[in-house]
Amino acid sequence: MVSQVRVAGVGMTPFGKSPERSAREMFGDAADEAIEDAAVTPDQVEEVFYGNFMGEFAEQQGHQGPLAAEAAGVNAPATRIESACASSGAAVRMGVDRIRAGMADVVLVGGAERMTNLSTAEGTAGLAAAADALWEINQGVTFPGAYSLMANRYFEKYGGDREDLAHVAVKNHDHAVNNELAQFQMEITVEKVLDAVQVCSPFGLFDCSPMSDGGSAAVLVSEEFAQDHGLAAPVAITGTGQGSDSLALHDRESITGTPAADRAAESAYEDAGIGPDDVDVAEVHDCFTVAEVLAIESLGFYEKGEGIKAARSGETTIDGDLPVNLSGGLKAKGHPVGATGGAQISEMTKLLRGDHVNSDAVSDATVGLTHNAGGTVASCVVNVLEVVE
Amino acid sequence: MSDEERVRDSGYDDFLDAVEENEPFYLRGPSGNGWLPPRIRDPVTGERGLEEEPLPDTGEILTMTTVHVSGPSFADDTPYVVAIAEFGPVRMTGQVRGVDPDDVEIGQSVEIGVDRTETTGERLVVFDPI
Repeated sequence: MVSQVRVAGVGMTPFGKSPERSAREMFGDAADEAIEDAAVTPDQVEEVFYGNFMGEFAEQQGHQGPLAAEAAGVNAPATRIESACASSGAAVRMGVDRIRAGMADVVLVGGAERMTNLSTAEGTAGLAAAADALWEINQGVTFPGAYSLMANRYFEKYGGDREDLAHVAVKNHDHAVNNELAQFQMEITVEKVLDAVQVCSPFGLFDCSPMSDGGSAAVLVSEEFAQDHGLAAPVAITGTGQGSDSLALHDRESITGTPAADRAAESAYEDAGIGPDDVDVAEVHDCFTVAEVLAIESLGFYEKGEGIKAARSGETTIDGDLPVNLSGGLKAKGHPVGATGGAQISEMTKLLRGDHVNSDAVSDATVGLTHNAGGTVASCVVNVLEVVE
Repeated sequence: MSDEERVRDSGYDDFLDAVEENEPFYLRGPSGNGWLPPRIRDPVTGERGLEEEPLPDTGEILTMTTVHVSGPSFADDTPYVVAIAEFGPVRMTGQVRGVDPDDVEIGQSVEIGVDRTETTGERLVVFDPI
């Protein structure tokens, strides 16, 4: 029988600006917290999957898998997973698969990224490396630029405007106000979003997630290990799905949707034996305001073309029918890219366990979903978390 | 960096050469899908047998954005307009040049060309409104 995978412990550093801290140091902190939270010991960890995107670029440090394990005090096979901004979502998925395959009972997953030691221009260039180097980067495509291409085509096809997008940013900042781990614990207004300095049309500064430093980690264990060792691990990862697509946006079947996320969601729902209507709370990859819109459509919460009004109508706010990004999302919590997927697991686990600052808003929630995307969603990992005890 | 110093990217630079020689092409798969080089198989169907076909003369802008914040390679080019244009069965990304960004519209007809960036002098794909 395939083992059910439990989230025994989670941890993350506060996200924000700590340019002096190396990725290894940040992952070490997050892993230490996760191991402590899980009530396991480092010698019980049998494998490590660590997400990191731009280590070579930002800190001239490749080969970060063993470095991450070392920082966690773990001596076990360790592999770095790189799928751009979906790196640690993919690392989580690798851990889930390893336990389900019966090859391990305790796996440490997560990731870290150091970004703010770079200038804005360097960081922009580093992030752009997630796009097609020949056919996009050579033409001057930036990461926000690529999402702007999607947003403007979306507006053309379905309607919607900058103000609709501004409500996504306002919502996610609202959610982060009391989250001590978030980079921006402050409210913003629609006017402030609309009046911000332009990055690339239609995005102003507040449509974009920030450059951030941070680490995240989770200890995944088999159900049997949790029982045998008396671990309190009420949350399980019951479904996981991943999708890929052409790296260049122009080669995709759709540039107003995210087909890789459609596929990842379909797989994850099938794996968990649930559907979109069963989801009580979601953490989605809002690297830009429009990215949240595209995510909630791909996840089946909204029809194509209808997600644009969700935040503005209040349906995805903290007191809405389906709260999205109660952590503050990438927008306000911050986006140290290699740590983001792991941080979604950390925040969602706390939301479901009841020890997140925003847990009271979803006190009856039993099903949570995380959506972690890489590049302009050439990679997407969706994980389903459920309260099983 | 001059062309003499830069190592070519086969497929990509071959395409730019062809555009400069007024013989732009794309790769057509057996199912009719259009792609840019280098490719051996159609990534959607998995089919082999991609063949060079002449690129249609006129493309249409599907979407565009004016970039104000760039990486170092385009620092002296900002603001600039990046667009995705559709030339029959193939789509590609390039910059719309020679017009005020406010005058570029989705749906506009364009011709393909090759120009050089202000910042590095590297070649890039450009779309000229017609």
